[in-house]
Parts: sequence; structure tokens; C-alpha cells
Amino acid sequence: MGWGAHGHGPRVWRVVIRALGVDPRERALLDDARALGITGVDAIRRADLVFIRGDLDDRVRARLLDELLVDSLLQSAVIDDAPAPERGVRIVETALHAGVTDPVAAEIMRAAALLDIKLDGAATGRRYDIEGSALSNGAMNRLARRLLANPVVEHWSLGEVTPSFADGSDANAPVDIVAIRDLEGSGLRKLNRERGLALDLEELRTIQRWFTSAGRDPTDVELETLAQTWSEHCAHKTFRAEITLDGGERVDTLLDQLRAATASIGAPWVRSAFVGNAGIVDFDGDLIAVKAETHNHPSAVEPFGGANTGVGGVIRDVLGVFARPIATTDVLCFGPADLDPAALPEGVLHPRRVRSGVVAGVADYGNKIGLPTVAGAVLYDPGFTANPLVFCGCIGRLPTDRADTNQPHVGDRIVVIGGRTGRDGIHGATFSSMAMDATTGDIAGASVQIGDPIVEKLLIELLTDAGHLATAITDCGAGGLSSAVGEMAAGIGADVELALVPLKYQGLAPWEIWLSEAQERMVLSVPDVGPLAELCARRGVEWSDIGSFTGDGRLIVRHRGHVVADLDIDFLHDGRPQRHLTGERQRPSTNELTRPLPSDANSVLLALLSHPNIASKARIIRRYDHEILGSSVVRPLTGARADGPGDGVVLAEPRSKSGIAIGIGVNAWYGEHDAARMAEAVVDEAIRNAVVAGADPDRIALLDNFSWGDPTRPATLGSLVAAVEGCARAAITHGAPFVSGKDSLNNEYLGFDGERHAVPPTLVITAVGHVPDASAVSSPDIKAAGDRLYLLGRSLAEFAGSHFDLVAGTDTGAGCVPAADPDAPTRYRQLHRALRSGLVRAAHDASEGGLAVTLSEMAIGGLLGVEVYLDTIASDYATALFSESAGRVVVEVASEDAQAFVSMMEGHAVEIGRVTTAPRIVMHPVIDVDLDAARAAFIGDDA
Amino acid sequence: MRPPAVVLSAPGTNRDLDAVFALERAGADPRVQTIADVRLSRRVLREAAIVVVAGGFSYADALGSGRLFALDITTFLADELRLLRDAGRLILGICNGFQTLVQAGLLPGDGVRAALGPNASGQFECRWVTLTAGPSACLWTAGLTEPIMAPVAHGEGRFVADDTTVRELVATNQIALTYATSEGVSAEGKYPANPNGSVADIAGVCDATGTILGLMPHPENHVINRQHPGFLRGQRHGLALALFTNAISQVGATV
Repeated sequence: MGWGAHGHGPRVWRVVIRALGVDPRERALLDDARALGITGVDAIRRADLVFIRGDLDDRVRARLLDELLVDSLLQSAVIDDAPAPERGVRIVETALHAGVTDPVAAEIMRAAALLDIKLDGAATGRRYDIEGSALSNGAMNRLARRLLANPVVEHWSLGEVTPSFADGSDANAPVDIVAIRDLEGSGLRKLNRERGLALDLEELRTIQRWFTSAGRDPTDVELETLAQTWSEHCAHKTFRAEITLDGGERVDTLLDQLRAATASIGAPWVRSAFVGNAGIVDFDGDLIAVKAETHNHPSAVEPFGGANTGVGGVIRDVLGVFARPIATTDVLCFGPADLDPAALPEGVLHPRRVRSGVVAGVADYGNKIGLPTVAGAVLYDPGFTANPLVFCGCIGRLPTDRADTNQPHVGDRIVVIGGRTGRDGIHGATFSSMAMDATTGDIAGASVQIGDPIVEKLLIELLTDAGHLATAITDCGAGGLSSAVGEMAAGIGADVELALVPLKYQGLAPWEIWLSEAQERMVLSVPDVGPLAELCARRGVEWSDIGSFTGDGRLIVRHRGHVVADLDIDFLHDGRPQRHLTGERQRPSTNELTRPLPSDANSVLLALLSHPNIASKARIIRRYDHEILGSSVVRPLTGARADGPGDGVVLAEPRSKSGIAIGIGVNAWYGEHDAARMAEAVVDEAIRNAVVAGADPDRIALLDNFSWGDPTRPATLGSLVAAVEGCARAAITHGAPFVSGKDSLNNEYLGFDGERHAVPPTLVITAVGHVPDASAVSSPDIKAAGDRLYLLGRSLAEFAGSHFDLVAGTDTGAGCVPAADPDAPTRYRQLHRALRSGLVRAAHDASEGGLAVTLSEMAIGGLLGVEVYLDTIASDYATALFSESAGRVVVEVASEDAQAFVSMMEGHAVEIGRVTTAPRIVMHPVIDVDLDAARAAFIGDDA
Repeated sequence: MRPPAVVLSAPGTNRDLDAVFALERAGADPRVQTIADVRLSRRVLREAAIVVVAGGFSYADALGSGRLFALDITTFLADELRLLRDAGRLILGICNGFQTLVQAGLLPGDGVRAALGPNASGQFECRWVTLTAGPSACLWTAGLTEPIMAPVAHGEGRFVADDTTVRELVATNQIALTYATSEGVSAEGKYPANPNGSVADIAGVCDATGTILGLMPHPENHVINRQHPGFLRGQRHGLALALFTNAISQVGATV
């Protein structure tokens, strides 16, 4: 060992801590290793590593172990004299790179101080003892790279690893002047590539012209500020672009189309739409903030950290409109979990590993910050293998007087609160605006990080008390301070001193401080810093006054007094040239076309129930705390044994009569065929999920999240335009306005094979609705034998993109994608009235897999049988069973309420059968499946 | 008069407001106090009839759940809590609060060693469980005849103690709550009724005096009928509010 033992400063002690008894995580590691195609491994044992730097005598070291590091009932530990591995046992040790957030190390330092032990530094890592045969160095490095370590945030060794302490250099990093004025096109492109600016040539020329007329070259701070502010991620260039289709047709910008839909609906309860960090609605005096974000690229290269900070980021968006977060949502799209490792593109993590990392990242942040993770979806498709998608949403509640006031005043101080700034997360906004390739993981290391939910939890508490002390607030997300301060300063200007920003370690260049995307930071505009400082001290939140909003229209950034950026704030925000994009319209089929009914319809139904997209997600849902805050009324798991699926969820603050319902709509299979119908279908699905749970259809707000490929490809742009048009149409049909959204484009992976792997066009719609009475709600599980089953909505032969096609091997895309049903909004209002009147025992929407799956799921949750007659649904049995026609709901009604229900539905309800005591799922004349078989298919080995 | 209650929190505590609601509902007058608040002014703690160490992830579970919150308590508040106990005030540790009281040596107490280790499943688990109150010295569960229901939401809730210790805890009437099936029959170690692999199905223990209770499940999340997971199926049984109302009737005499 070349470190610690000799030389410089205090020595480093290594502590190896092992769990006593069986550590179940070791079994999971071994399963993962085998699934990833690594052979010859018989057992993996894991241990935690703690590195302590300091002058510590025997007695102090023993105290550290006893009083701080080890619980002797659960763990054993050795300090510095780990025995040499036995024969045939190989070692992999991992440690975090310097500068990666390590909250445990920080706590060791703090706790040692409480014990009056002076430490010079602390770091953590993990150790794996691997037993097996013929374990070569090559095999060990493969195991480390694929499973045990992530090179993006960690390094590893096949022996004792060398830890990195968060020291940093004390060098005074300089400011560079970037000679841009004399560059030709090729020189500008080279600069763009080398600095990872992700700008196009016209944008670069605009910047060049501005500095030419200013008579100087930009500093690196200025150039990076412009690149971040003008990034696709921050500026939504595609959604604001001028678009020409099919060589002539001009359409309004995508953002204008969505805004126009919201404006034309004119809902008086929308308080804020498409401005600021989150949308705000007023549900009968209850002010609700909603936002959903994507964190796709970071999750592809570092699944845990990417998803972790995705959750943290969207929670800050809600804090960024002065709201207190009350729930989070997540929609996750992965490649097939059973993908052959040999089929994995170069440099791409296996979907199984992406999934376990993402789920752990979502769970870690949500559980620790103390918010219920309640609604979501999990989708699997080969199109997500290289580009997994992670959609994180957050809902909050805000004081009634804060909805319309989020604007700094001239003279206000600029105060940054929360986490310290380090060299983490630099270039996140531009990184997410580029396609990825095999080297992305290596290059992008610095743009990914691990969150610290406890710090953000403290921010929630602080802002609950201190929100009224600020005139404006925003979060530090993509682009860091450059984007946060830059946005707040729009129209007025700001003057900032970077040397006042609290740092994790010294040695950051000014542009790094300005652009760092270190997590858990918010920026406040504060007239009087004193009272805020007092509350920060009480809550243990770090703060710093870094400058002021000036009113001179300039963005001035200083470092130790020297001006390192001086930009015109209007140029920063409005100087970017509008993009011009050309697209080709999709020409989807609108012809209904059924499928031949398979001879064994029972097995098709069982195959659908066990398909990963339809089967139970309980294994994931139970990793998330969905009970905290005591507000869950309709949960993500429903039924007699809480193992049935949910549609929408309902949350109600325990003191409140009313609540909110959340519904999610997503379908990644329709869009390739017909993006417009896909959009209409998923808007309908999200609304329907909220309504069947109990939402008032006249009080539903929508969020859009688009994850698409490269919009400069005409066909990709064409499908994006169609999807936006579909969204706008569906919103108007349902009277449900969009209030916020986010697009994530360039979800593509350029493989070494030279081919581009783009995601399927994926639109996630989140519907948040008002539930007037949280006791008058409904769940999908059937409740009592003898009850009647009604179908609302028409069943047509619409099979393109259906799960029947995926499962039955008829995936040709022939025919059409389900069309919107213009009568759906009327039916939803009638259903809501019936639900409020107590006439609805259970209600479940029909989506992937059609009515056969819907009815089976109702039985699975209710532990009762169903018996229906397909002739009442459609003359063609394949359509009756497996079509995914939009707008349909199955409702369970008690016999004595049947007449009242039917008359309330005004002819829209068709009786299709009954709930039975016999535990069978019977759909005359072609389906008869034992309930236990259906449960086994759906639940699998999920407990 | 509503008895004053303190809900104690550390950085990362996150079910403090849930505990406040449960205490209010049961008739107490609760307020949240952070460790930092209490260090500045101990008066509020001294005047409390009930102290709840709330659940969450204090200090992000760094170095083991409850470890660092316990270090705060032993460093700053150990004497205070002993004074409270000796004055007959009731103390409850829920989930991370339970882990904290165990780490701080207040539970099971008297030098008896126990721990809360990682769940046998190796994973965080959020699910509802059924609890039965055994014959014990515990003042919180006294007179509780029907099983109560509450959610668990933890990754480290496996109660660990050696056989001798478990026998001693039985003998000294310190096993306050055990995991049961939904029918109220002993879980006998079987998952998921026993969600974490706790020895002897132990969900909660009290100290020898019966004034301090710690448990892994969250009774504070089942204090109104609407929170019952079977609410939509007409189920109303097993309200865990009883634990809190019990405590308030017990301290009624002392304040």
C-alpha cells in the first residue's frame, strides 16, 4: 500500500465492517452477477469500508469503533489488519471519486467531534470477497464494472482501494478568455465540441456577433452561461422553434399550441400555467403545485444517482413556487430485464442493473425526505435499453397568498441556501441536450451526482417557516447558479460575488462555481437578510448572501472582486435565434382491423397478466414509503390483500375532508404508429385513472412530459408535432388544462455500430384532480358476490400497438391505434356523480391488454370471481377481450343500486355480467380461468 | 386540560407531523422540538407529559439507523429523559425513534442488549401489519385487548437479541407488541406477517418500568378510519389511536 503508511500528514486507518450472520443482499448480488452473464462465482460477501485520517492512539481507535462505527450485536469490525484473503478468494474494493457527495463521511466527522475525537478526514467504500473458481483479473474487473462499482462515481481495486478525501487544491483557478471573434465556422464547431456547449452554428454566430460589437472576447464564465441558458434543457428550443411540415405547412410553436389549449379552456381555478418552476391550481381554496421532470441521461450512466437527484430536483421545483411538497410520483422505462448480456450495446448498463439502481435511487430520496411515493408506472421495451427513461413528479401545497408573487424587487439580496457547491454536476444541462455514445459514462462523470435528501428535508422545514421572508425563490437545477440567478434577474439584472458561495472544497474555477449543479440548493430574493439568517441558524441550514438584484439590466458576476462576466440580461434571455425545424407528418392508418381469436384464449390472458408491463409492480412499490403523512386513501396497491393493481391514487391530508387524485397515462407502443392518437389516448387514460379514483372531471389539471429522439430528424419532429396536437385536442375535449410540462429530446444513443438507438416516442401525462370528498372514492378491486358489472364506453377493433399483438406475436402494427371517444367526458361526469352518490363499489379503467385484463385485475384484487358475456361487449370476441379502445371503465354496482346507477349514466352503461363467489374468471364463451392461476400469473413471486 | 406533548426530531426525522396529528387526535397538546431547540431551552421538554421520538431517517441512517440521533441524546439529553421517566412521564419511540432509544440504551434498558438489524428480506418494506399486545408492564398498551393495525416502512426493523435476553424480556414483561397474522394469531416468524424477521415476532418492547415504549410500525398513521387500508372494503377495525389515548389517560393523573 503506497498511501497512508508513509509520508505526508496524519495516517489513514482502514476499518472493515461486516454484518454478523446472513446478509440477504449478498444473495441478491450473486443472482445479479449470474444474470449479467458472469460465471464461476460461487459466493459474494460484502463489507463496508470506513477510512479515518488522523493521529489516533489505540484507545481513541477503540472508542471510535465501539461508540460510533460498529454495533457489536449486528456487526464485526477489524481496523487496519484485515487478514489476507483465503485461497481462491478474490477481493474487489470500491471508493468514491474525490468530490462525490459522501454524507456518511460527513456524519463521521460531525459525530467524532461530539465524542471529542479530532479527525483529519473520513471517507467510505465497500469491499467484496468473491469466492469461485478460475477468477481471473479480467473476470474480476468485468464483475466490478458491471455490478460492483460504477466508474462514473467510483474507482475500484482488486486489492486494497485508495480512498479520496474531499481536499481539493487551494490553487487560484484562473478565468480564461475565449478568443471567439475571429473564428470561422469550423473553428466555432471545434470550440463547441471541445467545451461541450451543445449550441448550433447560428447560435454560436449570434454570440460571436454580440461580443464583436462589444469589442472584446468572452470569458469562459460568459460563454458557459450562454451555453447553459440557451441549452435545449433550459430554453426548450424545439418547443419554441418555428416548424415547417412536409415542405410547406407552417404550424404554431409546440409551446404555443399547449398554451393556447389551456387559454381556450379558460379554467378559472388555474392560478399559474407554464411560468415558473411548477403549475399552480386552486381546488376550492386548496392551492396545489404540480410538476414532473425527466432525468433520463443521468440515470442511464449512474442509475442510483440519476434517479436520486431526479426526485430531489423535482421536489425543489415545487419548493420553487413556495409550496410544501406532499407527494412524489415516478414513471420508469427500462429495457427488458432478461436481456441477453451479449446483446447489450457497448458502454450501456444492463437493464436489470439500471432498474435496481433507479428504484433504489427513487426509494432512497423519497423515503428519506419523507414524502409518499404514490403513483407511477413501469414500462419495459427493447427501445429503452440504451436510453432508460426516468420521470419524476412532485405535488405540493402552498399558502393562498403565495400563488401570484414570485418576483424579485430591485435592491433585494440574493441568498443561496442549502448544500455547498462542489465540482459536481457540471454541464448537466448541456449533457442532457446531447445524444449519448459509448464514452458518455466516462466523460459525463462530473455531470452526475448523489443527492443528500436530509439537507433538502431541512430546506422544506426552513421554507415552511421562512417563505414569507422572500420576494422570490427558485431552485438551483440544470445550469446551477447561472441559470437560477440568471432567470430571477430577467428584466432587472444582478450583481454576484462568487467568492461568497460556500464551497465543499477549494480550488474551483469561477465558471465551475457558477455552473455547478451541486444538489439541494435554492436561491432566494430577500429584502432583509436578518430574520432569514436567524431561522437558518435554528434549522441548521447554511446560507450566504452573494449579491443583489440591481435594476441596471446587466448580469455581473465577480470573483474576488474581479468582474468575470458582464452580460446584457436581455441578450441572455432573448438573444437566442429562434430555431427553424422541418418535419414530416405521420400518415397513420385509421382503419379498424381485428385479429383472429387464438384457439387458446385462456393462455393469451395468462400471458398478458404475466407480461412485465402488466404484471404486479408490488416488488417496486413496497420499496417506496407510500404511507407517510397519513394521507393515502386510495393506494397504489389495492384489494383484500393489498396485492391488486391501482388506477389513480387519492391523497387527503388527515384533517381535511377533500383530497387530490393522481392519474398517470403513458403508452410507448402507440406512438410509432400514430403519435396523435397516442397522445389523446394517454391524456384520456390519465384523466380516467383520476376520475375512477374519485376526482371531479371538471377540476383536473394536466402535466406533459415528452421523451423523444432527435427532433432534427424530420420523422421524429413529425411525430412530436402530432403528439402535441393530440395533447391540445384532448385537453380541450376534456376541459382539462395543461399547467406545466417538460420535454426531454435527443434520447438517442449512438452505438459503435454507427446506428442510432432512439427511444420509442414516450409521452407521460400526469393528471391531478380535486376530490371533493375523500371518503367518496373508489378502487378497482371487486367487493361483493352478486354485484353487477357494467361497461362504460365502446369497444372497437383498434389493435395497432396493443399488448395483445406483443403477446400473441401479431405485432405488425396493422390497423389503427385506439381513437379518442368524444363521448368520454360526458360519461366521466356521470360516473363521478354516481361515485359521489355512493353507487360505485369498484371501478377500473381498461388499458393495456384490454377488458380481459381489466376484469381479471378486479378479481385478483377482490379475491372473487367474475362472469361476463362477451356478446354484450362486441360481436367479435378478440375485440371484446383484447382491444385497447380508449375511454372505457368497468364498474361494479350493488344489485339494489343498479337502477339508480343505470339511470344516472343515461344509457352509457351496459351490463356485462356479475361478480361471483366461485373463484373463476369466466368470459362466455371463450375464457374460463381459475382465479388462483390468474393471481399467480399477475403476482408471480412478488409477495 | 390537554396534556403537553413533545415530538422530538433530529435532521432527517420525517414522521414528526404524523405523530403531532395522532397526539392531537388523542387529546394531547403536541409540539415539534428539534434536538437543537431542546439544547437551547430544556423547559419545554421538562414540562412534557409525553415525549415521542418520531420516525424517519435521522442523519440519513449514517453508520446505522438511530446511531447518531442516539449520540445526540446520550450527549445532550440522557439525564433529561431519565428524569422524565422517573417522574412517570411517558416516552414513545416509533421506528427510527425506536432504533434511537435502543441505540441510546434506554430500551430495553438496564444494560440489556438488543438491536434492530436489516430486514431479513434485505429490503425496505412498506406494508400493513397486525399487532397484538401481550401481557406486559407497558403503560402504552395496557388494556389493549384487540389487535391493532399499522403500516411498517423501514429497512432495518429486525429485532435482534439472544435467546437468554428474549426469555428475560418475557419474564420482565417487556415484550409489549408482537407481529400477528391478519386474524390476530401469532405470526410465528413467517413473512410477511412478521415483515422483517424479528426474533419472537417482537414488534415493540418497553423498559422495565413500562413508561418507555419503542416499536417499529407506525401507529401514528392509523388514527382515523379513512387511513385503514381496507377502508374501501368497509373495514374499520384495529385503529391504533388506542395507543395514544391510552397514554393520555395514563398521564392524566401526573400533570
